[in-house]
Amino acid sequence: MPLRIGIVGVGYSGFDSMTPSLSTRELMFEAATRAYEDAGVDPRKDVQSFICCTEDFWEGISITDEYMPDQLGAVLKPLCTISSDGIVGLATACMHIMSGIADVAVVESHSKISDVVNPDEISSFALDPIYDHHVNADPRFVAGLEMARYLKETATKREYCAQVAVKNKKNALLNPRGVHGADLDKKAVLNSKIAASPLTELESSKTIDGSMVFVLASAQKAKKLGNHTVWINGIGWSSDTPWLEDRDMARAAYAEQSAARAYKMAGVRNPATYFDLAEVDDTYSYKELQSLEALKLAAKGKAGKMVESGAFDRDGRLPVNASGGSLGVGHLLEATGLHRVLEAVLQLRGQAGRLQIQRAKKAVVQSWRGIPTATGAVAVLGN
Amino acid sequence: MILSQKITSYPGHEITPEDVKEGKYLDVVYKFEPKYSWAAGVAISRFLAELKEGRIIARKCMNCERILVPPRMYCEQCFRPTDEWVQIKDTGTINTYSISHVGTDARRLKTPILVAVVDLDGATPGMGILHNLGEVEPSEIKVGMKVKAVWKSSSERQGAITDIRYFRPIGEE
Repeated sequence: MPLRIGIVGVGYSGFDSMTPSLSTRELMFEAATRAYEDAGVDPRKDVQSFICCTEDFWEGISITDEYMPDQLGAVLKPLCTISSDGIVGLATACMHIMSGIADVAVVESHSKISDVVNPDEISSFALDPIYDHHVNADPRFVAGLEMARYLKETATKREYCAQVAVKNKKNALLNPRGVHGADLDKKAVLNSKIAASPLTELESSKTIDGSMVFVLASAQKAKKLGNHTVWINGIGWSSDTPWLEDRDMARAAYAEQSAARAYKMAGVRNPATYFDLAEVDDTYSYKELQSLEALKLAAKGKAGKMVESGAFDRDGRLPVNASGGSLGVGHLLEATGLHRVLEAVLQLRGQAGRLQIQRAKKAVVQSWRGIPTATGAVAVLGN
Repeated sequence: MILSQKITSYPGHEITPEDVKEGKYLDVVYKFEPKYSWAAGVAISRFLAELKEGRIIARKCMNCERILVPPRMYCEQCFRPTDEWVQIKDTGTINTYSISHVGTDARRLKTPILVAVVDLDGATPGMGILHNLGEVEPSEIKVGMKVKAVWKSSSERQGAITDIRYFRPIGEE
């Protein structure tokens, strides 16, 4: 039986390179206030569980959980923080609702990357301290390694990766949240500075600030709340081995596993023709191609050619990252997955403005936790 | 190492202090140095700016009528924005205190640190500031004692919580 948990409210704040006028907590309060208004709930009375997705090192404070309740209306209520992407937070909320602990649950995640002076130090610190940390380079070298192996194994043309950046940055020009939107051609992308070969700077997403708050409800409760519920019909998450030396660098095996679980739950048999839109990981250009293949939205090694042909354009057969994705909008650390679910929810509600895809009914969203992880999550949504 | 039928004792020998001295024991040392520059936000920025002027400011929630300090732009009980700034006094009452004899490096301190939560006059009872006590014998500190802030001079103040040096007893009024 498909999962049926309703997304009854969404709210967000930030979406800028810097948000110097607000503290992290004030940024969260803004997003939460909008989400509760959207859902028509009072967090002090109607919500039984709160979940935050944050990382202590990004916050610069240990045991971050303790600083979350006030600005979410969660004081003296059940609250937990999980250090993973926001879609895993949604899965946790689904479980709280399915278990009967809550019939309304709230999920929050944010990025306040502008508060971090040396983010590379934190990314590097995620590498294995004994085996891998001796490489004294921008941690994007891991992306370079994956990309080189992906290109080799799938015989994908180098320029197809550049086309991902061209497409997503262009889409973002229509998105009010699109901080990194741009009208570029492949040549400009390929000729931008090399970050870690073969990856260039314009193929690397840039971090931005923002907070996302979601209100989830049981099917029964969702019917009483709001009138534009979007349903989570399937959800899955998975982690590969951490060994950079041993894991398959060419594929996103974690995304294959997550998708398989989410599809099974939602009853999706032919993913390539099932969905009206997809929001998939594009932290780096090649990641979109890897993700599309892992999600079976493109055959093995064919994603690049399909991007080149326009099949994944906003007006293509399956719009992929019509929002602009992480390359066009910006990367939001642990909140990246929630941002992409937000974009899909607005589409399925018919509230995506100039980005709107006509008759959008079914969406798939996938996230990756970033370098050096091999962890990801997938959600199947419907209206 | 889990012992099994084939492995009946732990291999090797225990590390001795001599092994460490002679470099026979291998380890990997790394100094993690993240740096942050936190945006204080609307409420705390104003709070710090007021401290620089030698004043303490709070926010009032018109719904529950509490005067919140340190100030915040939202009331965590009512979950709504707070409504106005309120100047409060730099005097108050010791809510609770502790005399710390151990430093952050786990060493015994020659001079103990006197930590207190001070309920500030003008804020809702039970709201105040975490700070140090001074000009007082540790044995004389009591819950309920009236205290007043001792400020740095205006030229020394930087817009930080340490613009107040400490709170000192002022005797019963």
